[in-house]
Amino acid sequence: MSVRYLSCGDTAFTVEFGNEISPQINGQVMALHAAIGEAKAAGGLAGVVETVPTMRSLMVSYDPARATRAELQPQIDALIARGLSADSVGRKVRMPCCYDGEEFAPDLAEVAERTKKTPEQVISAHLGSAFKVYVLGFMPGLAYVAGLDPSLYLSRRSQPRVRVPRSTVAIAMDMTTIYPFESPGGWHLIGRTPLWMFDQRREQPVFLAPGDQLTFERIGRAEFDDIARKVEAGTLDWSELIAP
Amino acid sequence: MSAGLKVVRAGLFDTLQDLGRIGYTALGMPTAGAMDRIGLTLVNALAGNPPNTAGIEIGVMGPDLLVEADSVRVALVGPLSPSLFESEGAPPKPLETDRSHLLKRGQVLRVGMIDGASTAYLAVSGGFALLPFMGSLSTYSRAGVGGFEGRKLAAGDELPLTLEQAPAAYDRKLGGPFDYGSGPIRVVWGPQDDYFTEAGRQTFVTAEYKVSKEADRMGIRFEGPTIEHAKGADIISDGIGPGAIQVPGAGLPIVLLADRQTVGGYSKIATVASVDLPRLGRLLPGRTVRFTAVTVEEAEALRREQETRLARAIANLQVARPAGGIDLARLYEENLIDGIVYEREAIGR
Repeated sequence: MSVRYLSCGDTAFTVEFGNEISPQINGQVMALHAAIGEAKAAGGLAGVVETVPTMRSLMVSYDPARATRAELQPQIDALIARGLSADSVGRKVRMPCCYDGEEFAPDLAEVAERTKKTPEQVISAHLGSAFKVYVLGFMPGLAYVAGLDPSLYLSRRSQPRVRVPRSTVAIAMDMTTIYPFESPGGWHLIGRTPLWMFDQRREQPVFLAPGDQLTFERIGRAEFDDIARKVEAGTLDWSELIAP
Repeated sequence: MSAGLKVVRAGLFDTLQDLGRIGYTALGMPTAGAMDRIGLTLVNALAGNPPNTAGIEIGVMGPDLLVEADSVRVALVGPLSPSLFESEGAPPKPLETDRSHLLKRGQVLRVGMIDGASTAYLAVSGGFALLPFMGSLSTYSRAGVGGFEGRKLAAGDELPLTLEQAPAAYDRKLGGPFDYGSGPIRVVWGPQDDYFTEAGRQTFVTAEYKVSKEADRMGIRFEGPTIEHAKGADIISDGIGPGAIQVPGAGLPIVLLADRQTVGGYSKIATVASVDLPRLGRLLPGRTVRFTAVTVEEAEALRREQETRLARAIANLQVARPAGGIDLARLYEENLIDGIVYEREAIGR
């Protein structure tokens, strides 16, 4: 496997596995991310601070007072040479989602029209997609989740919305996402989850992690309100949503 | 009674910062942290704190702080002209910057304006008694986390102190101003220098760029000649390190700093060498800079040399004596008993 090392100054470098988005490439990224984490936990890779996985590359940040790029790069090469299993199995996460009504799904009708489906068929295609979290970024807890059913591919809205409510479920291109905060957004809004992707009261404030396999589960308004109350009160048992 | 510093008048953009929130960028959480790690490290040394203790990063203009503790040792670093109101209605007494000061209950410290830089630092001995968020007290205001209620300081805020009173110690001052360096800002090519034409790269390292008004803790947008792309401005998003210089379609460089997002989709022509990040963290709008390229190895060596000079500056901190010789009262006061008990009555005040 050949990788490219890209310089990010004297405190980081990027290990690039390819210039395309594919499950194989991202699997290798995640495997190196995990391998570096394990090596650090075992007391190795002195000077490495942390790693940022993205779709097709891994940024490795280091402390130039403790290590040099020339020392670290061969150690990364050695980890890659040992073999990266591209089929690392992430957590299985259930994401309850309510697709009902103009408030939660203002773009569902338009998406249906543009993809020549009924709204119910759009929802079925979203529920049937095999989603995987590729990257978190842009804002804390915002996950880029790939694996959308190809029949739902649409480019972003030409006019982004100024205000997208927290926990809105949206699609664009070959991905879906869930807005962790109220923010501007140019994706198509097709539902809402009662879960918060970011809650600083929790010990682990960010819900999703790179590598997670995501399945959406349809819920009605009553169940949405019930879960939302528990999230608000901080009494939801989040572990029920995750299988190892 | 709990000890604190009360913000009686807010500054412009004052936030608590330590050296950053490390270990959560994979989850999309920016590191934040001090824009000028040298300033924060020095101010903590003056206050007798470990370097990663959270202090107040002053943005352009600092607050007025009322001492609500028996005593507190406050250190200031940066081009400030602070003053002290010893009691209500008393005329302000000028204080020196780049040193620590022992303040007493009821006194008000006016931090004031920064002269010729965008950031300066204030630390208190022992630090602030606030709970870290994800291992850090750095304020990241876009998500409303860290520091004091996740935001810049406002009038009425009461910042709790770890220590009820200042530890017995001499006040200290810097041996001299720290040399941040001058000349062009050093950068390392990459990660996407191959997305630009040779002419575009030459423009970047020969032209003069001005700090626009769009400059904050997230980054600095520069004005100047446009940089020509060869393969376009868009990439498949990848990680953004400190000092990454992204060039969107309009061709003008944006240097990303402490509050930068963790990943981004614009091509990055170069990255500021870490030795010069503190200089950028102090730049005011309207200032001009040039960029010059160095290798990774040169950048690493420059950084290590700077760390050595920083350690020397800390080793060479001087005891700050008031003008006119030794302050006997203070010597007496600070040598009292075991250095923990402070008795206002013992020195007849």
